[in-house]
Amino acid sequence: METLSAVLVEPFVAIAEAPMFFFEVLIGGLLSGVMYALVALGFVLIFKASGVFNFAQGAMVLFAALFFVGFIDLGWPIWLSLIVTILVMILLALAIERVVLRPLVNQDPIILFMATIGITFFLDGFGQTLWGSDVRRLDIGIPEDPLIIAGLYINQFDIYAAVICGLLVLGLALFFQYTPTGRALRAVADDHQAAMSIGIPLNVIWAIVWTVAGIVGLVAGIMWGAKLGVQFNLALIALKALPVLILGGFTSVPGAIVGGLIIGAGEKVAEVFWGEVLGGAIEDWFAYMLAMVFLLFRPQGLFGEKIIERV
Amino acid sequence: MIYRETGQFKTSYGADQAIFPIAQDRIGMLIIMALAFVAIPLTASDYWLTTILLPLVIYGLAALGLNILTGYAGQLSLGTGGFMACGAFAAYKLSTAFPELHVLVVFALSGLITAAVGMLFGLPSLRIKGFYLAVATLAAQFFLLWLFNKVPWFTNYSASGVISAPPLAIWGETYVTGFEATPRAKYLFALSIVTVMALAAKNMTRLKIGRAWRAIRDMDIAAEIMGIRPLATKLSAFAVSSFYCGVAGALWAFAYTGAVEALAFDINVSFRILFMIIIGGLGSILGSFLGAAFIVLLPIFLNNALLAMGMAEAVALASHLEFMIMGALIIFFLIVEPHGLARLWQIGKEKLRKWPFPY
Repeated sequence: METLSAVLVEPFVAIAEAPMFFFEVLIGGLLSGVMYALVALGFVLIFKASGVFNFAQGAMVLFAALFFVGFIDLGWPIWLSLIVTILVMILLALAIERVVLRPLVNQDPIILFMATIGITFFLDGFGQTLWGSDVRRLDIGIPEDPLIIAGLYINQFDIYAAVICGLLVLGLALFFQYTPTGRALRAVADDHQAAMSIGIPLNVIWAIVWTVAGIVGLVAGIMWGAKLGVQFNLALIALKALPVLILGGFTSVPGAIVGGLIIGAGEKVAEVFWGEVLGGAIEDWFAYMLAMVFLLFRPQGLFGEKIIERV
Repeated sequence: MIYRETGQFKTSYGADQAIFPIAQDRIGMLIIMALAFVAIPLTASDYWLTTILLPLVIYGLAALGLNILTGYAGQLSLGTGGFMACGAFAAYKLSTAFPELHVLVVFALSGLITAAVGMLFGLPSLRIKGFYLAVATLAAQFFLLWLFNKVPWFTNYSASGVISAPPLAIWGETYVTGFEATPRAKYLFALSIVTVMALAAKNMTRLKIGRAWRAIRDMDIAAEIMGIRPLATKLSAFAVSSFYCGVAGALWAFAYTGAVEALAFDINVSFRILFMIIIGGLGSILGSFLGAAFIVLLPIFLNNALLAMGMAEAVALASHLEFMIMGALIIFFLIVEPHGLARLWQIGKEKLRKWPFPY
């Protein structure tokens, strides 16, 4: 009885007693959800265009961040490091398309999934062989002191992150909607064979998609790196992006954003108000449980395409 | 010339349905068994037994469990580590709460407990498919590990959270777990369990239940229309697979590391076992063991190769290089033979049948 009340009643009482604190937690959660969404976005882009479940997105985040911070530590200005890192990501995308994807065309999805795990290992090893495995501080000049808006304490950094993420999504939306390449990308995402039949080169499209995912990964890597320092742990946030993905649906860009927000907010609120009762550190699994329960009711995710099965 | 079934006639249904229909296969299997059970324990050093052969055998069992679920029944799972932890902790609780239980009973019961847990986490598989299911099984992985870490009841309220496995004897004073056990006894114990369970798995996949699993894997809706009950089939696959993983986890904690701790079964273990079955071959008993051998031996081999090249000073660098080479090799193997080592073996056997006169 006491445990039940501790789980079912007291957290709500705590919320009702201090609504401002609850909103602070909620907003903090939403803003950190934006960061998850950034990683999930890279997954969605690749899954939409090539049907590959790209487990290597987290490794790409780490890889890009390592190169960026490595160039900055060499004394290069930020803009130059950014451009060179983008070039590196383009090279990486070309190499992945040529070396991994092309020979594995038409294989089962699980084989391609395994191949991306292979890429994950390779990138983790390669990045750290080149740049070492120490934690590197990344300072890109975003202030981190809290800001008071309408009586709520909010971390300024998180707001910048949200704005950057919003700009990135806006840019991607414009790119997909209004450029010929974007149109080709959407065509491939819709139907590979139809796209090929009207002369869209799949190989080129895949290289472009991996490049875009790499650049999204770079942005995510810079933001996470500025927050936590560039270190191996960055590769692990990919795992946090997975529940975001299944919540939002593998094929939906808005889904990635909304899923990120739900997971971020749910996780923080659960940890702060329920964590103590359940033994703490429930952030580890809460997102997965939330996603799994959610999937029971909507197997294709929030915005995913309806799964139609034919025999 | 040697490997050829000419002149071997099957005169009964029993002979027709044998696991190894060709006499050469039977002899080969006997030789392998004799090597594994007699020659290796007699000749191998303790170092070899404890650091290479024991994990190889136990990983093989876990890979077999995952292969039943993923390779035969087509349900992608990333929760293997969680289920292994479940088996390890179930065995620990059982052996400390009921010290008079025989070690085999403890292992069987812990397998059954894991099977029940596996069925619980397999329930969503009825509605969730493919990669969505894989992510859902991650919930099992993280939740189970968190549970064993946070709830002190599982560790018998030990302060450090790391507990040593109690010694259990197979008969008399012959200990097979804990610190008193010799590496040889542990190896033979693990090997015997694995052999029996591998034989059971081979037969299960040839029975009605195995055919139902494969029908569900190939297309679940078509299988359902044919009269295979998807819920029962999927849950039975989860149960059997979790049983295997649970026993493997119990063996891992009791016979290999000698300590029961949740951290030994983290997400990397799940991935490693998934590698094993994909490199070894999905839907193949032999493949599970080939894959386990590959993944266990590769890092050791790479390590020694790097040592030989004089890179011993830079430990961090060597481990990064190891990661890189591992990743590259996985990609290479997938490109060369996406169906795994078991398929390579199959192709080799076909070639061997016609050798040396292919026409």
